[in-house]
Amino acid sequence: MRISILKAIIKKDLLEVSRNKTAWVPVVVIPLVFFVVLPAFFLLLPRLTFFQSSLSSTNLDPVQVLSILPAEVKSRLAGITAEQLIPFAILGYFFAPMFLVMPLMVSSIVAAESFAGEKERKTLEGLLYSPTTDAELFTGKALAALLPAVGFSFLSFILYTIVTNTLGYPVMGRLWFPLPGWWPLIFWITPAVALLGVLVTVLVSARVATFMEAYQSGGMLVILVLGLVVGQATGIIYLGVFTGLLIGALLWVVDWLLLRVCLRLFSRKVLIGKV
Amino acid sequence: MIQLENVTKTFNTTRALDGLTLTVRPGEVFGLLGPNGAGKTTTIRLLNGLFPADSGSLSVFGLNPQEQGSEIRARAGILTETPALYERLSAEENLRFYGDLCGIPQQKLAQRVSDVLDLFGLSSRSHERVAGYSKGMKQRVALARALLHNPELLFLDEPTSSLDPESAQQVNDLIRTISREDGRTIFLCTHNLTEAQRLCDRVAVMDAGRLLAIGTPAELAARLFPGVRVEVEFALPVPANLTQKLKDCPGLRSIQMENARALVDLSDTANIPALVSALVAADARVMRVEPRSVTLEEIYFELRKNHGGQK
Repeated sequence: MRISILKAIIKKDLLEVSRNKTAWVPVVVIPLVFFVVLPAFFLLLPRLTFFQSSLSSTNLDPVQVLSILPAEVKSRLAGITAEQLIPFAILGYFFAPMFLVMPLMVSSIVAAESFAGEKERKTLEGLLYSPTTDAELFTGKALAALLPAVGFSFLSFILYTIVTNTLGYPVMGRLWFPLPGWWPLIFWITPAVALLGVLVTVLVSARVATFMEAYQSGGMLVILVLGLVVGQATGIIYLGVFTGLLIGALLWVVDWLLLRVCLRLFSRKVLIGKV
Repeated sequence: MIQLENVTKTFNTTRALDGLTLTVRPGEVFGLLGPNGAGKTTTIRLLNGLFPADSGSLSVFGLNPQEQGSEIRARAGILTETPALYERLSAEENLRFYGDLCGIPQQKLAQRVSDVLDLFGLSSRSHERVAGYSKGMKQRVALARALLHNPELLFLDEPTSSLDPESAQQVNDLIRTISREDGRTIFLCTHNLTEAQRLCDRVAVMDAGRLLAIGTPAELAARLFPGVRVEVEFALPVPANLTQKLKDCPGLRSIQMENARALVDLSDTANIPALVSALVAADARVMRVEPRSVTLEEIYFELRKNHGGQK
């Protein structure tokens, strides 16, 4: 496999996405909302006067409120004040699965643009006549979606860490983020979810005609993330270090199986029939 | 350069190619003619290794397209019916991308892109997005892309079918320049017979996946219309029963009357003076008598008629 070919495909696909507003606007807006605006809101909330007065009138007991959480979490809550409860619980624990929206969304958008978009804009035939192998075409296009998905996720994580620690310092009194469960989430589950987004979108793209259809169908994977959010909020699942490693491993196995199907589907013989 | 031997290809229940056998020689402009659905595009796709043949053998540069497709595509260029360009990218960005895919070294690529843009008269707008170009300009960019890596063989699949006459002429002029000046082999698929007549050294006529005939236009004309074709123009009125009066003219094979014009097929040019005498004797007021070569269009429709096709 020639690296120069992969680089050319990645560069071209990203250039095209960057010139499609429908594709890149969500990639910029969603992390800003999820990883800057919302954390800022939850961190500034405890410092507002009306919130502090309503908090004292409810006699909120942090440990009682978070009793649904596992022992590992409870031990971290020792000595926490009611004012610290909201940022700690919401931004440190409940928000964790929400983070997976980022790799999923970016990979689905770029993969839909890259695979279904070529078909929609009738540029696929020209690409199939290029002196590339099927494997080079697939790998280049998959990486064009995977790399920005992982890159944007890491960038969002850095942004989130900065926001939670800077705005949270007056409330928490220390640099408190990231919590241990976030490490497998970012470096083990995130790439697996990004690849899952790419592969599912490739499969969907083989059956639909437009970028939008592929993006919307591939976006159904967000249900998976919502399941984790609900599971974590209700105490059914706790995304700690061990669970994170386990879920990640499961996702990588699913990715491997899907990759085999995608490689079989992504051949000139199959694709030329869809031009 | 290209060889197909008894190649067949079926899609579901449709037989796209039915025992196709042909050879394309190095340096010639070869035309594959036929109506839509004749199997022209299928032939190009097979030769580029996009899918395998069901049976028969084929080779390009002596390579097997199914096993060495990327090597063939590296040495060949293609212009498809639609330009298939990335419309959000500029002409230069499109060409650079294909140059990268073709493995042109970076230090040479910038110069090569600039050269082909100049050749096709695109330099002044090379930084604009392709979406803003006319259809003719897009097809010129696509032709520039096909030639970027200086291929030995160029496949042209209906290169002008979606263009207006002026743009089609521009593209045809470019194709003629490329074929005559560079001596590269061109495999042209078209149903535009005027285009083929102007460009091709040899042609093959196909219908429903079958080869009807192959040869130079002169060879096909000699085979289908032996002798000489003479065009006669009359001043009106044309005498009644003129066809009947000419029936004993020496060497006469056939005569087609059309208002003040007749197409007369004779066995030999030596029969022309006798034809003129017979016309005068029949009181026809002859304005012009001109022996002329048979057009590719006449050959094509004669072949289709002989094989049950329709005009």
